[in-house]
Amino acid sequence: MIAGWHDWLLADTPRSRGQARLGRLYISWLALRRNPLAVIGLAIVLLLLLMAALAPLLATHSPIAQDLTNRLQPPSAAHWLGTDELGRDIWSRIVHGSRLTLLIVVLVALTVGPFGLVIGTLAGYLGGWVDTLLMRLTDIFLAFPRLILALAFVAALGPGIENAVLAIAITLWPPYARLARAETLTIRGSDFIAAAQMQGASTPRIIVGHIAPLCLSSLIVRLTLDMAGIILTAAGLGFLGLGAQPPLPEWGAMISSGRGYVLDQWWLAAMPGLAIFIVSLGFNLLGDGLRDVLDPKQR
Amino acid sequence: MTAAPVSGGLWGRRLAGGAGFLTSILLTFFGLLAVTFVIGRVVPIDPVLAIVGDRALPEVYERVRLELGLDKPLWHQFAIYLGKIFEGDFGTSVLTSRPVLDDLLRFFPATIELATLATLVGTLLGVPAGVVSAVHAGRWPDHVIRIVGLIGYSAPVFWLGLMALVVFYAKLGWVAGPGRLDLFYDGLVPTVTGMMLIDAPLAGEWEVFRNAVDHIILPAGILAYFSMAYISRMTRSLMLGELSQEYILTARIKGVPEWRVIWRHALGNAMVPLVTVVALSYGSLLEGAVLTETVFAWPGLGRYITESLFNVDMNAVLGGTIVVGCVFIGLNVLSDLLYRLLDPRTR
Repeated sequence: MIAGWHDWLLADTPRSRGQARLGRLYISWLALRRNPLAVIGLAIVLLLLLMAALAPLLATHSPIAQDLTNRLQPPSAAHWLGTDELGRDIWSRIVHGSRLTLLIVVLVALTVGPFGLVIGTLAGYLGGWVDTLLMRLTDIFLAFPRLILALAFVAALGPGIENAVLAIAITLWPPYARLARAETLTIRGSDFIAAAQMQGASTPRIIVGHIAPLCLSSLIVRLTLDMAGIILTAAGLGFLGLGAQPPLPEWGAMISSGRGYVLDQWWLAAMPGLAIFIVSLGFNLLGDGLRDVLDPKQR
Repeated sequence: MTAAPVSGGLWGRRLAGGAGFLTSILLTFFGLLAVTFVIGRVVPIDPVLAIVGDRALPEVYERVRLELGLDKPLWHQFAIYLGKIFEGDFGTSVLTSRPVLDDLLRFFPATIELATLATLVGTLLGVPAGVVSAVHAGRWPDHVIRIVGLIGYSAPVFWLGLMALVVFYAKLGWVAGPGRLDLFYDGLVPTVTGMMLIDAPLAGEWEVFRNAVDHIILPAGILAYFSMAYISRMTRSLMLGELSQEYILTARIKGVPEWRVIWRHALGNAMVPLVTVVALSYGSLLEGAVLTETVFAWPGLGRYITESLFNVDMNAVLGGTIVVGCVFIGLNVLSDLLYRLLDPRTR
């Protein structure tokens, strides 16, 4: 049975477009599987997804219920990772916090990807003064200090998850625009684009229907590589009190509130930090592995 | 570096390149100011109310509004803003009630001191680590160095700082705690450069110097680790690129000793792009210092910016943003110039 799938996926003459696509994916997976570190990364990311999906089942307590008689308890059988200064169960808070982390990452990806794609494909396809203007703008943003700029944005917009996402996205899009432009430049002169033009396809139709889909894969790899950075920046904003607001169990904010107790009750700050570390390590390992598979000369 | 041979065409091209280079610097600088201006305008807090308070008479309110130029069209306001920045007038800090520029000049040296030390250590460790990693690619020294680097890449800097503080300061007592100096030594050394590690020896206060070293070791060590992680990774990939070139094969066939092939031929060529890498890492350390300074109560620019943030002191926040932005642009320019200087092909 399994051998049958294997052959079907690796067939030299796929019968349908679907089979060919799945076959390509399968080959990438076979290459990724040979890299043990990348597999560990993939496992961590999958565990994070699972944790977020099953949060109410995995959490042993409510993430926001306070229990002042049980505050600052060390890790034990009842509270696996201990309790915080308000008696809340840290394990449950971390489990629920994974949803916030994923939310931030997904929102940033959904903002940055399309924005970079639009700017990059427009600049690359239209060329001329549009290209000059957009790329100058990109270069200007590329030269800015990211974290400080994000800080200033959040300061102006007010703290909160949405604004943190917006601030990160505003400082993150330039490399995506550049990448999309570079991809567009290599596609622009192809015969199939010329064919679409001669059939009378409009410019927006060519960009959206023919060019953008081909830029997607490289943008996705880049996003995977940036995921860890996004998580760290979001956690940093949370740590400074500019991201998710209490009582939301955001990991960075949890470290910040545990900071005052760190000398005696180290687990308050240590546990959420460990969660951030493991997740961003997972994304880094996976991103590295994906890049090696999809772009062997980068090694 | 000796002077390049003079020939009309070459100099003409150089001048044209220089002009384009200058335009792009000016444009970036202009963009930075435009962005900070926009951020300053979207603040939901009424700048007039921030000055007069919410119990002011309508006449007073109106007068301050006119004084601030808020009745003029936006482009005019921007022009006034630009004029003020060029005069070095960043406004007054609400928190310290001193001109923002004075504050920045007072706080910036502490950040420079921290970031410079960290970059120095990070480069001295990161480049050799990257070279060793590339030479032994795929074997255990490579794996160890890559994993150590990956940990540095993935850990939140503020968390690592906090944990280091707990272990090395609170539990083991090996280093001094937060801050730049023990309270006892505060104000003993006259300010010359604002950098304790330079000022103390200048004043001959070696005890203060030792105390300053005790304090800077942990934050600088944490930042150096991050810088090392980045630099070793970039060095590794640059070295892998060089080692697969044909001139390396030629050198080996000629019988050049292996250490010379690696450290002189390959690294010598990788050095050129490495300059940019180090400059970028220096810039990101100046930024990363924001979080580190908060954890270590380091009285630098980052802490100044975050503390102003909480008091919605936008003059101070934007002033700090402009200073860091200018340093970024400056670093870009510097690395570009060094690149041209080091790489004979760009001449």
